[in-house]
Amino acid sequence: MGQITLREVVKKFGDVTVIPSIDLDINDGEFVVFVGPSGCGKSTLLRLIAGLEDVSGGRIEIDGRDATTVPPAKRGLAMVFQSYALYPHMSVRKNIAFPLKMAGMDRTESDRRVDSAAKALNLADYLDRKPGQLSGGQRQRVAIGRAIVREPAAFLFDEPLSNLDAALRVSMRLEISELHQNLKTTMIYVTHDQVEAMTLADKIVVLNAGRIEQVGSPLDLYRAPKNLFVAGFIGSPKMNLIGGAEAEKQGAKTIGVRPEHLSLSTESGLWPGSVGVSEHLGSDTFLYIQAEGIGDITVRADGEYPVRHGDKVWISPEEGKLHRFNADGTAI
Amino acid sequence: MARAVSTSRKATVTVIAWAIGIAIFFPILWTILTSFKTEAEAIASPPSFLFFDWTLENYAEVQERSNYLRHFLNSVIISFGSTIIGLLIAIPAAWSMAFVPGKRTKDVLMWMLSTKMLPPVGVLIPIYLIFRDTGLLDTRTGLVIVLTLINLPIIIWMLFTYFREIPGEILEAARMDGATLRDEIIHVLTPMAVPGIASTLLLNIILAWNEAFWTLNLTAAKAAPLTAFIASYSSPEGLFYAKLSAASTMAIAPILVIGWFSQKQLVRGLTFGAVK
Repeated sequence: MGQITLREVVKKFGDVTVIPSIDLDINDGEFVVFVGPSGCGKSTLLRLIAGLEDVSGGRIEIDGRDATTVPPAKRGLAMVFQSYALYPHMSVRKNIAFPLKMAGMDRTESDRRVDSAAKALNLADYLDRKPGQLSGGQRQRVAIGRAIVREPAAFLFDEPLSNLDAALRVSMRLEISELHQNLKTTMIYVTHDQVEAMTLADKIVVLNAGRIEQVGSPLDLYRAPKNLFVAGFIGSPKMNLIGGAEAEKQGAKTIGVRPEHLSLSTESGLWPGSVGVSEHLGSDTFLYIQAEGIGDITVRADGEYPVRHGDKVWISPEEGKLHRFNADGTAI
Repeated sequence: MARAVSTSRKATVTVIAWAIGIAIFFPILWTILTSFKTEAEAIASPPSFLFFDWTLENYAEVQERSNYLRHFLNSVIISFGSTIIGLLIAIPAAWSMAFVPGKRTKDVLMWMLSTKMLPPVGVLIPIYLIFRDTGLLDTRTGLVIVLTLINLPIIIWMLFTYFREIPGEILEAARMDGATLRDEIIHVLTPMAVPGIASTLLLNIILAWNEAFWTLNLTAAKAAPLTAFIASYSSPEGLFYAKLSAASTMAIAPILVIGWFSQKQLVRGLTFGAVK
């Protein structure tokens, strides 16, 4: 089981209110990602759930029981930290076995669990090493191993991949995804990387300044962002946001269209412009186009789209892919 | 980019390192050599380096004239005593400043360091008078108190830098893993803090062992440690270099041996936090 409910949770540090009031339901077995820019309160929210910070108001329920004042050790949650937080003086085996030792589990059962976790995480050959002798990816796997062996109600991940290099990040992302498929345990994952959020989550919680901007599946957020913040945050490259006369024509204060929902033509179209920088990624080309009377527009085109710097082009948004926002930033 | 170090460059660095090492060690070596010379050879000009009549008579005379063992015992009690009491005070102090820093933690640290900037002689008379009136003059207790106070800022600073290096996330991880405060202290904190405490202990014993200003000024006969033992061989007239050297050698030998065996720990202690 691993159902977590937040009711009017508030967090203040002295006079500073970091989280004004949050309500959130996390269902058993769900992979929930908290995403948002730095300082949006996502890590604080995770630490409140973990019990590492005390709430200033509201309730946290785990599996229907009030856990608001329960100490972290008793909440039945396991956490993987950004810095891995391994015990440097213990071998990999002892690191992974530590929570079991704390739980007073007998040696044979503990060894069995450690061995099976080590096998699953490709750590079997490193059990006698110290964390200092491991690479970043291996250390992160030890941290995950330490979390798995406890068979917790939920896993909490605090930006677990941000200390890894790009290639390793992609493969660890897959491993975490696979882990979730196999264990089917609730996972709460904090990241500022919207690609990680999109690829891993069943449900994304977009946070901004301690408030939830939108909760939904990755594709929900992609297709129907509730407001300008979510529109600009989810999707890469970012959604083009256009104000002024063009928006008013559509009866909105701001209109938004994603780079992949714009079609390009060298002959005709809605908005004329000239090609600025083009970034060739092989499979795609990102074109930065100075559209007349609108400003810079990013377009995602085919890998070998034949235009050059300064070429005159026309761009038009695809049917039904235009997002409209009113003056306070909410979607119409 | 890593640069290949050329052989000649390496050789130059090696020569310089050895030269500096020998320059630093030379006074100690010379003291040891002098202690085996006769008084006449000790002041001979030019001095002979190795080819002299090696003799043990200085050691015999020093042993005869004063009780080495009593001074040695005083040194041990004073240096270990002040260090252990210092650690007992400093560990909780450094701990709280490293893990629960307040608004004024930095100021407190600076203030403690600032007490080391005062020349000791500036407070000699008040302390002397207090000691005289409380009967602490020439007692081991008195010296333990003074040396504890003198070295406390350094002990706290060293421990503070050590403790600050222990990442808070590790303690949080332990709490998530189900450790109680007691488990946290036994299984995580202590093993991580022990190397730091050990090198602080070692360094402070050496500092206390070599402390001469207070030990010379506040003792006469009963509580005099080895520093006073050495000083007693310096006299305004007559030949005393060889005997003084013998006394010095006997005084520094124990600490030199401890230092030699624990040098790895010491170097780590002195550079901790400076290099990663």
